Amino acid sequence: MSAPETEKDSGPVPTTGHEWDGIRELDNPLPRWWLWIFYASVVYAIGYWILMPAWPGLTGYTRGVLGKSDRAAVVEQLSELKTLRGQQNARLTQASLQEIESDPTLQAHALAVGQSVFGDNCATCHGVGGTGSKGYANLRDDVWLWGGTLEDIHRTLQYGIRSGHPQARVSQMPAYGKDQILTAAQVADLTEYVVALSGRPANAAAVQRAAPVYAANCVACHGPEGRGDPLQGAPNLTDKEWLYGSGRQDIKAQIHAGRGGVMPAWSGRLDPETVKALAVYVHANAAGQ
Amino acid sequence: MTVVIDRTRAGQKKAGPASAAEKARRRGDPGGGLYKPRTPIYPKQVRGPWRNLKWALMIATLAIYYITPWIRWDRPGGLPDQAILVDFAGRRFYLFDLQFWPQEVYFITGLLVMAALALFLASALFGRLWCGYACPQTIWTDLFIQVERLFEGDRNARMRRDASSWSLDKAWRKAGKHLVWLGIAFGTGGAWIFYFHDAPTVLVQFWTGQAPATAYVFCALLTFTTYVFAGTLREQVCTYMCPWPRIQGALIDQDSLQVTYRIDRGEPRGPHKKGASWEGRGGCIDCDQCVVVCPMGIDIRDGAQLECINCGLCADACDEMMDRIDRPRGLIGYDTDKAVAAREAGQAAVYRLVRPRTLFYAAALVLVSGLMLWGLTHRQAFDVHVLRDRNPIAVRLADGSVRNGYTLKIANRSFADADARIRFDGPAGALLKTPAAPVATDGVSARIEANTVRAVRVFVTLPEQAGAGTSLPVAFTVTLPEGAMTVKSTFITDPGARP
Repeated sequence: MSAPETEKDSGPVPTTGHEWDGIRELDNPLPRWWLWIFYASVVYAIGYWILMPAWPGLTGYTRGVLGKSDRAAVVEQLSELKTLRGQQNARLTQASLQEIESDPTLQAHALAVGQSVFGDNCATCHGVGGTGSKGYANLRDDVWLWGGTLEDIHRTLQYGIRSGHPQARVSQMPAYGKDQILTAAQVADLTEYVVALSGRPANAAAVQRAAPVYAANCVACHGPEGRGDPLQGAPNLTDKEWLYGSGRQDIKAQIHAGRGGVMPAWSGRLDPETVKALAVYVHANAAGQ
Repeated sequence: MTVVIDRTRAGQKKAGPASAAEKARRRGDPGGGLYKPRTPIYPKQVRGPWRNLKWALMIATLAIYYITPWIRWDRPGGLPDQAILVDFAGRRFYLFDLQFWPQEVYFITGLLVMAALALFLASALFGRLWCGYACPQTIWTDLFIQVERLFEGDRNARMRRDASSWSLDKAWRKAGKHLVWLGIAFGTGGAWIFYFHDAPTVLVQFWTGQAPATAYVFCALLTFTTYVFAGTLREQVCTYMCPWPRIQGALIDQDSLQVTYRIDRGEPRGPHKKGASWEGRGGCIDCDQCVVVCPMGIDIRDGAQLECINCGLCADACDEMMDRIDRPRGLIGYDTDKAVAAREAGQAAVYRLVRPRTLFYAAALVLVSGLMLWGLTHRQAFDVHVLRDRNPIAVRLADGSVRNGYTLKIANRSFADADARIRFDGPAGALLKTPAAPVATDGVSARIEANTVRAVRVFVTLPEQAGAGTSLPVAFTVTLPEGAMTVKSTFITDPGARP
């Protein structure tokens, strides 16, 4: 149990006069070191007001005599970073895509640049891992609508697909059903034909009916055997990779509406060396065709 | 067994306070304040073997500190030619022929464990050897006290001058002392930065204002701490700031050799007139020499205490006095509590340096040192790690085969370029490929430049096959100049449905 307060406990220290439930508050002086730090802080604060932006006003704020600005600092740091990267980027600009890929140092730099730029610009559609999703191409496999060599990828990145850029890659799958080029029955038959092309069991009668329709409408781009043509961006219909899905409904919908996605042109938005690095990155992640 | 030594000896206790510290404590603040004012300590100059040992150790340790960064060591390429260099910017620690990478921080851990165990062992055997002779705080304080003596004279002159009013003489002596202190402190802080940058380069850069900001910051920081710790705080660092004195209690026992006042010889103490008999009294003549030389301001005759750093200066002072009054030396010296107690009880003193505690510390030290030595001698210049791609974990190709991507990180810690050959062991039919090379069945090559880590992207493609499990073991064997290293990973056969 606590003993009543004695002179020994409080000593000669006076109390503040405050009392709560019998507990009195001693009025010990603040430690000197604390006071000195407090005074120093006050002096520091006055100096800070003069030197740095500090006080808000109605229309602006006090600028401070040092003219410090975080925004200016960021701009300066970015330009420093650019200088820092300049040497490697200059090498990227000069080297050919193959040279970049086969030089370990340059490749490492390109992959690092590519990874960061991919995350910022490409991952939105193609996914962080680059595997795409329905309507967005998988960049990690060996199926490339417009070709998977370094040059092919580089060109697609530069000018895009159906991007409106004069040099963009353009192909158009006609909307056979929607535009009433073919009847609904013909579209249904054609669907069976495409299923058969990809090596899956299909309605033989429908396939037979669709053969002349396929020859008349599809062969020009997809070829007589349905193997597609990377020069025209026509997909291979015999493999297991389907941009818009492999099911009968998916295939039928594609023949009906003829969808085609847009890949933006990056040559105006990113530096040429960044686009190059991106091409090397995408190519390397697809094991390099 | 615990030996209780009653040093107070009821009935023979002196009326006055025993030590200068105790006197000051009694004289001090009547109470009310939270802080004990520092009692000024004026250690007197002393001569003797322990003092000489301290001089020698001071010269040796300071020489090591100042000379080490200037030792040059030839390394190939553009690597720094400083024998011992902690290169934070390059993330390397260079130690003569070795270079350590941040991944090998366990060597530093091992070194710290060894240092701790060595301290334990030394403390259990000989008391606070580190505190008394080797601690930087002790070394620099000793040096600063010596500078103080050069300017202000020895104990008595200093006490007189401090008590006197200000004069030109007092002012220049004080100013000169502080100036030299600051010079030494700056030299200490300045030498520190040489361990972290190429010493000749940073020396020039420092004075031309081109050294990194950290160099100036750390130089200023260590100048400040040296000046304050060794100049003004001194023994308060040991008594109030350092945790080591508190750990001592657990490491020292009754058999540890410590600087000890041998009460069996000294008591009962008291002033002694020349020619008077020594019968029925102890050898201590209460001359207070052990107290006035003490840099910690304590009285060793109070027994082992927190403040005592075991520097042995009181032993030197006592021996000198004993010589003067023609008594045997060694009233204060390295001794154990047990031996003192035994002699007091009229038995022969027994010294046991080999005891379970010291054996255990020694065994632990040998074990850790052995592990470190084994680690260092078996340390490989190359290191291989495999990171399998997580997103996507697997990719299905047009023909139905499945591809997995891996990044092999090959570290070359040597000073020469090396060619690595990467082979792959896994399910039959699987093929290996790197982006820049065609598909290869017999492995791929990669050049690993000296002193770098190379990340090699490799892809394994397995044709579609029935009955294969979803997760197959694979291994990559990397053949390097030092031999082959195998790293294991897995191959996932099912990419799952596409979203």
